[in-house]
Amino acid sequence: MSRETSLVSADWVAQNLSNPAVVLVEVDEDTSLYEQGHIEGAITFHWRDDLQDGLIRDLISKEKFEALLSKNGISNDTTVVLYGGNNNWFATYAFWYFKIYGHSDVRLLDGGRKRWELDARPFVTTVAARKATRYVAKERDNSIRAYRDEVIAAIGKSNIVDVRSPAEFSGELAAPAHLPQESGQIKGHIPTAKNIPWSKAANEDGTFKSDEELKDLYLGAGVDLAVDTIAYCRIGERSAFSWFVLHELLNVANVKNYDGSWTEYGSLVGVPVAIGA
Amino acid sequence: MRTCGATPGGPDLSGIDLTTQTVIQGVILRDGVDDGVPNGTPVGNAYVRLLDSAGEFTAEVPTNVDGQFRFFAAPGNWSLVVLVSGAREERKVTATKGAPVDLIIEI
Repeated sequence: MSRETSLVSADWVAQNLSNPAVVLVEVDEDTSLYEQGHIEGAITFHWRDDLQDGLIRDLISKEKFEALLSKNGISNDTTVVLYGGNNNWFATYAFWYFKIYGHSDVRLLDGGRKRWELDARPFVTTVAARKATRYVAKERDNSIRAYRDEVIAAIGKSNIVDVRSPAEFSGELAAPAHLPQESGQIKGHIPTAKNIPWSKAANEDGTFKSDEELKDLYLGAGVDLAVDTIAYCRIGERSAFSWFVLHELLNVANVKNYDGSWTEYGSLVGVPVAIGA
Repeated sequence: MRTCGATPGGPDLSGIDLTTQTVIQGVILRDGVDDGVPNGTPVGNAYVRLLDSAGEFTAEVPTNVDGQFRFFAAPGNWSLVVLVSGAREERKVTATKGAPVDLIIEI
């Protein structure tokens, strides 16, 4: 759990393109970008089609996760490097997911597709053929996942960090501004949550800020890192990004991602909600 | 792309309910001829960032193959930042419900 073990640079990836121990996985909500071009050798996981149960709202089962990785030629000892568009939101979600199922060596490409493209590095359209493996996952590690009852119990007691944009936090918008605005949920935020948008942890090119800047960001917003922390957003991917910052880059132990996030909380009957900045 | 004669700007608005959505959209063009008429080659996979009136990041989208982008915002003042390999452009816009902001950004 540190920048050295969890994050790799574009240069590192470029130097390891033919390393058989490394598998690159592009993860996004829209895999058509992968089809237009991706980093050489990368496979792709679709955030919904591959990583959501589909029938119930949950992660896929351990057996399905094992089948997905086996089919794609990932072994238990593979170094998995995740990246994607959307400033790595879905890639950090997948990182959190790989940790839940106990994968030992998973890393994130700093800056994802955006930094790679802004550097004018090459993409290919050929899809690498990978030999199937027999992947064995661990039982889910729920120490990094928060459920709604825990979130409600944390109000006013431990840190709740809302990583959405200020406009979503205040109740002005119901969804990120690149999506049509939804009307199903109540607008607002979980009472006592601090609004520390995920974007404050990233540079304009999608790479992470320095550890010092990241620490200042949370401490400056009044987050006591010695206390348990729950991060949430709308569907749990942007909060996976902030979970990554806290848990992996800053090595803070008690941090959970609430993947139910606002689409769950904002639909619950009778729970407290706050609006305004 | 010579936009003279065609409708310049962002994606087709049919199917978008402009009575409920506040749209900011446009097209990114590069290497055009400076003759007073917007022209140039559409830039696909440019990154367009939407910042609120306090300069706070709100959303980001890559442009489509036709160089177009769209945001669903709220009425008010916003800034756009366009990032492509080797260039960066900023624009300030005021969005209202019902009348989409449609931009041509030349880089």
